[in-house]
Amino acid sequence: MKTQTKSNAFFQHFDRHAHGKGLKGATTHYCPGCGHGLAHKFLAEALVELGVDERTVMVSPVGCAVFLYYYFDTGNTQAPHGRAPAVALGQKLANPEAIVVSYQGDGDLASIGLAEIVHAAQLGVPISVVFINNAIYGMTGGQMAPTTLMGQKSTTTPYGRNPFHGPPMHVAEMIAKLDGAMYVERCALYDQRQRKRAKAAIKKALQLQIEGRGFGFVEILSECPTHWGLTPEESEAHVKNVLEKVYPLGVVKDEAREPWFHLAKPCFEPEKVLEVLDTSRETPPAFLGKRFPAHLDPHDVAVKFAGAGGDGAQTAALLLTKAAINEGFDATHIPSYGPESRGGTSYADVHLAREEVLSPAAPNPHVLVAFNAPSLDKFGGTVRENGVIVYDSSVISHVPPVARGVRVFPVPCANIARELGSVVVKNTVSLGALQAASGVLHDDSFLTVLRLALANKKNLLPLNEEAYRRGVAAVRQAEATPV
Amino acid sequence: MASERPKVVLEPHLCKGCGRCIESCPKHAITLGSEVDQASGLVPVLIDRELCNDCGLCIAACPEPFGITRDGYELEDPTKLYGELAPTPKPRDIPAREVRLPRCEPLVLKGNYAAAVGALLAGCRHVYGYPITPSTEGAELLAKLLPKLDGVFMQACSEVATVNHMYGTSGAGLPTLTFTSSPGFSLMLEGISYMIGAELPGVFINVMRPGPGLGNIGPEQADIKLAARGLGHGNTHAIVLAPSSPQEMLDLTMLAFELSFKYRNPVIVAADGYLGQITGRVTLPEKLIVPGLPSWAVWGDAEHKKNLHSSIYIDWADLEKHNEHLEAKYRTITEHEQRASGYRVDDAELLLVACNIPARMAKSAVETLRQEGVRVGLFQPLTIWPFPIDRLRPHLEHAKRLLVVEASSGQLEDELRLALHKADIGGIEIRHLRRMGGVLPSAQEIVERVHRIGSEHAVEASR
Repeated sequence: MKTQTKSNAFFQHFDRHAHGKGLKGATTHYCPGCGHGLAHKFLAEALVELGVDERTVMVSPVGCAVFLYYYFDTGNTQAPHGRAPAVALGQKLANPEAIVVSYQGDGDLASIGLAEIVHAAQLGVPISVVFINNAIYGMTGGQMAPTTLMGQKSTTTPYGRNPFHGPPMHVAEMIAKLDGAMYVERCALYDQRQRKRAKAAIKKALQLQIEGRGFGFVEILSECPTHWGLTPEESEAHVKNVLEKVYPLGVVKDEAREPWFHLAKPCFEPEKVLEVLDTSRETPPAFLGKRFPAHLDPHDVAVKFAGAGGDGAQTAALLLTKAAINEGFDATHIPSYGPESRGGTSYADVHLAREEVLSPAAPNPHVLVAFNAPSLDKFGGTVRENGVIVYDSSVISHVPPVARGVRVFPVPCANIARELGSVVVKNTVSLGALQAASGVLHDDSFLTVLRLALANKKNLLPLNEEAYRRGVAAVRQAEATPV
Repeated sequence: MASERPKVVLEPHLCKGCGRCIESCPKHAITLGSEVDQASGLVPVLIDRELCNDCGLCIAACPEPFGITRDGYELEDPTKLYGELAPTPKPRDIPAREVRLPRCEPLVLKGNYAAAVGALLAGCRHVYGYPITPSTEGAELLAKLLPKLDGVFMQACSEVATVNHMYGTSGAGLPTLTFTSSPGFSLMLEGISYMIGAELPGVFINVMRPGPGLGNIGPEQADIKLAARGLGHGNTHAIVLAPSSPQEMLDLTMLAFELSFKYRNPVIVAADGYLGQITGRVTLPEKLIVPGLPSWAVWGDAEHKKNLHSSIYIDWADLEKHNEHLEAKYRTITEHEQRASGYRVDDAELLLVACNIPARMAKSAVETLRQEGVRVGLFQPLTIWPFPIDRLRPHLEHAKRLLVVEASSGQLEDELRLALHKADIGGIEIRHLRRMGGVLPSAQEIVERVHRIGSEHAVEASR
């Protein structure tokens, strides 16, 4: 028995090819004269010569090379049609130490998978792509590929490719235009010299990946005697005399790049995770002793904030929600939805429940805070009997009809905020007004959430506390106007 | 001329006669053959041993791995070519670990954020996504947080690319997740079919919105049909979890990862537009998960190199067998993973059947109706597939009427009816309340519908 002298990454026996039975256990599924076998061989040799076959993952395409995994004694993943580069990236990002090869044909890469290869190349993460261009669809039986030559007959261009089908696509040149791709070469297989170059190109693309430098792309002009209707010998001549004239061979791009690709091992430390999630160990103080604002509703209070984008309705709603949760109630906030939600208006529904908020929407709120006239017009009439409305009297002069017993409080939120030097705190003014007008929680409930929300922007806290107090004071001064 | 090099040997059975070697031979020792090889049915080339000097250039020209070799390839004993190779170590199964998470105050999070936090706590550090309302905040939060944990968030060029990035990462054995919404989910179905075929885990948070087509960005349970019955081509199924609160967005996302790895299958968390956007209290669990490395991973090392992820079985009998294997898995899931919750179901004569946000409105209606003395309860499926028929069955002893409340044209009801039929349960009256387009069934509507059903029965009884 000889010692180990394995010089390529092929299996010794192809157990996956027709269960390894008979000759199939030792031959490829490719037609006589097909170029895939050589491209496989060069890859298989290069992986061993570079010493990376053990840590390689081959991603096979849909097309004739779908069965790449019959032959390669490496990790193997078979990708959906055209998606091999996307799968390869997912693999590479999972284990940056893996050497990942995306092997694709021209229908797979240049037609259905164009978006994936373009974005992978632009991204520039070090993976190696071997692109077999034989100007035809093989597996499906000889249809036009993006790379089919003008005049070339295929089963879907039975009269020859013509301008109606558009001209053939120069993939290597296109990939080379993308900033992320650092090395692009087009090779052929038709003679000794070309084969040597092809193998060297594959090896170079792999080397760049091994060194973490970047994305390598090798296009190989390959023979398809079966669908070209030529003999193997004629096919080699066809590549040399016809294909190569359209697709010139050689290096299209070869940039120098320093190794850059490195990913640290992901962190699972509980303390770090909690820190990243911005959690707190400190129970925020409660001020109501779980006394639910039953004067508004025995079980569930609904509050609506309505205004234009930038009024801070969502932020105010979220602060109310957090304050209610800190008091030990259940609470929800949901931004109002619909065509308006991208049209400059901003509505927010909040519920506070003694036990559990059920429906989160507030079509008939107990309390409405309106920041502009259209909002008050739209929602003023939806407020329940004996409810509360706070509106920004700096910008609203007309109050629509409201239900029986609704108390309406004009509060110049924007003007107060401007007096304080910052119009953005008008929503904080509105929270003070909301509390003073409705008694929904406790002043300290709101001041506490403000303090917590501004823990990282402490310099803004005095301004917001003052805005809140001014909102409270404005309501105290304003005369309630029951309708 | 006698050569000291090892002999070049052509194996005629393995030669396809393409003749590439002819041009490569400097001695012109190779010619096209004329006799058909009886084993291969092809015509191998001929090497004239008199002319051959064993230079081996023909070996480099031969597209077949073993067509021409040094010293020959023996079909009966392939190891003769290279000698006995060291055996590949058997891949170990490194299980995921639970680590205690110190107690902290509840967070106040919107549903999309809660699911994202669930992903982090489930050990997911690889997230791919494509922006789509109303799911995007999940991806945005993970794009912000994952770099702080040395994880990866990558914005893909499309949902099609997204699911394939996931295919690559889960193929390597790691937890991966995406956030999407209905139109994006449609685009991911191809990849999900491949993941099911290749038996790869992965979690899809689908924050459903109304369709068809572009629809709008409101809430709808628009993809129950897709998630339960239409996961791409082929005989596919995946567990579909249906949360109804931010807390469940977190809890069910964590559960989704567990089930996804347990069964080596994608899991869909079917939320709705409201659930993505609703903010509420979320209590973190007492543990987080540190992922392991399953033995089946295509990791990219010697230990795992015999592994293969593929969904192609070119032999029909092989593919039937694979499908039977998947069917057996679906049966196991159907048997063990039915989940549901109930509210005031024990003495109910009428059961509301609802999940996602409509379940909240239904619960609210139950409260109102119970105060009126109506014996009504809520049956809330937490798994839409498998439909929790075994959980429902006992309640059907006393509840002979069901009212399906949903934000779709009957997609949940179809699952219910199919499950009842398969379980051979008859004699149940099924009514429905359906809203679509982003409009949700309101608690008031449900109450009114129950009243109407009640009065119809009263009329019938009086006839």
